[in-house]
Amino acid sequence: MNSFTFTQAPAVDAAVQESVAHDGAAYIGGGTNLIDLMKENVARPTHLIGLKKLGLDAIETLPDGGLRLGALATNADTAWHPEVEKRYPLLSQAILAGASPQLRNMATDGGNLMQRTRCYYFYDLATPCNKREPGSGCSAIGGYNRIHAILGTSEQCIATHPSDMCVALAALEATVRVSGPHGERTIPFEDFHRLPGTTPHLDNTLMPGELITGLDLPAQGFEKHFSYLKLRDRTSYAFALVSVAAALELDGNTITAARLALGGVAHKPWRDQAAEALLVGQPATVDTFRRAAAKVVEGAQGYGSNDFKIELARRAIVRALKQAAEMNQELDSNAFLNSNP
Amino acid sequence: MSPVTQVPAERPPVALAPTQPITLHINGQDHFLTIAPWTTLLDALREYLALTGTKQGCDHGQCGACTVLVDGKRINSCLSLAVMQEGADIQTIEGLGTEENLHPLQQAFIDHDAFQCGYCTPGQICSAQGLINEGKAKTEDEVRELMSGNICRCGAYSNILTAIMEVLGNKEDGAEVSNAPMPKQEWSAGAARAEMGPVEPAK
Ligand SMILES: Cc1cc2nc3c(=O)[nH]c(=O)nc-3n(C[C@H](O)[C@H](O)[C@H](O)COP(=O)(O)OP(=O)(O)OC[C@H]3O[C@@H](n4cnc5c(N)ncnc54)[C@H](O)[C@@H]3O)c2cc1C
Ligand code: SF4
Ligand code: FES
Ligand code: FES
Repeated sequence: MNSFTFTQAPAVDAAVQESVAHDGAAYIGGGTNLIDLMKENVARPTHLIGLKKLGLDAIETLPDGGLRLGALATNADTAWHPEVEKRYPLLSQAILAGASPQLRNMATDGGNLMQRTRCYYFYDLATPCNKREPGSGCSAIGGYNRIHAILGTSEQCIATHPSDMCVALAALEATVRVSGPHGERTIPFEDFHRLPGTTPHLDNTLMPGELITGLDLPAQGFEKHFSYLKLRDRTSYAFALVSVAAALELDGNTITAARLALGGVAHKPWRDQAAEALLVGQPATVDTFRRAAAKVVEGAQGYGSNDFKIELARRAIVRALKQAAEMNQELDSNAFLNSNP
Repeated sequence: MSPVTQVPAERPPVALAPTQPITLHINGQDHFLTIAPWTTLLDALREYLALTGTKQGCDHGQCGACTVLVDGKRINSCLSLAVMQEGADIQTIEGLGTEENLHPLQQAFIDHDAFQCGYCTPGQICSAQGLINEGKAKTEDEVRELMSGNICRCGAYSNILTAIMEVLGNKEDGAEVSNAPMPKQEWSAGAARAEMGPVEPAK
């Protein structure tokens, strides 16, 4: 680790000012990603700004029926908050599918959004990596890329965003609340993370000095029909190879609302609204789910070791939608079986 | 000097960060330290306070050997800075029981042979105490899932599970475990076991 100084910021304004005043300053939430990267010398902040005293750890109901998650609420407290468990169980399930109990007790909701890719070359200072060192090249293209992206990649970077929580937040249409040197603003979740393009060193659209203060969830929680399906090399404590957040509203067997987002496949949580549109108004059958799945992987591209992810994603989408539809439903299960080819 | 070991003349000397005074509240006692900000909680415990019960395995949050309790919640002390823990109530394995008066988990680990080399054990026990405090895990599968942050290189998992189940069971007879039951929906790993069969033949 490099040398740095540390301050515990007393308030949001003070934290932002500290950040503007110090070249190379970084906010620190739980530290589970930043300290790891500092130990590897991938991150080399000169000044750390602690956020624990900002009073941003509350989870509160909003007047419009939504829920506000403070940026410093821990992943564990969020997943096990009674309102989240009851009204946004998809979010609960996604958080609990990630990391370990110890890490979830430390990790903050703001920090989770900001966690960096797990691309092995990004972590290895001895190899070229455009994300770590712009212009140096991408070692994953033509290298080992089993965990890498199949959608929205560029010739400069094929890294994935590793979060589980963010896949659920994308499906639930959360809003990110931000405070910065130029005041406050909100960012729709869809616009928060970005694709690599020619500037893969930028993971998201946060501006320098900006601090995430919270996340707002809209009232619609899809608590009746949802699934977070995470596929990985072992069934616990591993990052997703492919994950799917599926959420449905059903009227009888007809889909009246649908959300579909994927993790482990792109530089950002991959929500596909065109695929969602193919679900709405249709009967909840495997045939319908297959059409949506085909739409999602339409433009997918493998890079060798990760080719398997395309078929894996397609099947995972069908299964997650099926799990979501079958929840809380007095099912005519034959409707599903009969539509199998 | 060889060109390899020679420091280039133009490189500025590395400035050490100033140390800062902190107070850590550990196992019911205040400890005063003057340390550099980069000191992890794990290093502070082991290198400065001689509390070597807490172990260092991976140093990257992946093994759980360094698990301690902070305000009753289990965390990885290798990924936290000591300066971030001022004002917190820290509990290490040294604070869980004494040689004369073992903690129920310590006794259960001995009774069930829940270790071989013992390196992961302090972390396992602190983690198990955290699991009991959370009150979420009741069944063996739930305990397995919620103990997955602790790796045992010797593979003592089945006896670790038995030891924890015993303490959990005893708790349930008493008054301390009174939390709501787990939701029926499988919440941990996505696919339910019954659904693991192939559902989607390739086209
Ligand atoms: C072994 C291991 C396994 C893991 N497995 C999984 C997994 O399976 N699934 C998964 O989703 N995640 C996993 N994680 C990642 C974990 O979820 C993240 O490290 C965690 O969510 C980051 O949160 P934090 O508060 O610790 O962030 P920090 O490490 O404190 O910060 C991360 C980044 O966010 C910035 N930041 C923090 N807070 C703010 C804020 N409020 N505003 C602006 N910037 C901020 C920091 O400057 C830093 O750049 C794993 C981590 C480890 C170590
Ligand atoms: S995929 Fe992205 S993060 Fe990985 S080596 Fe290439 S540029 Fe770096
Ligand atoms: S030493 Fe902390 S998790 Fe391995
Ligand atoms: S007993 Fe040896 S690592 Fe667990």
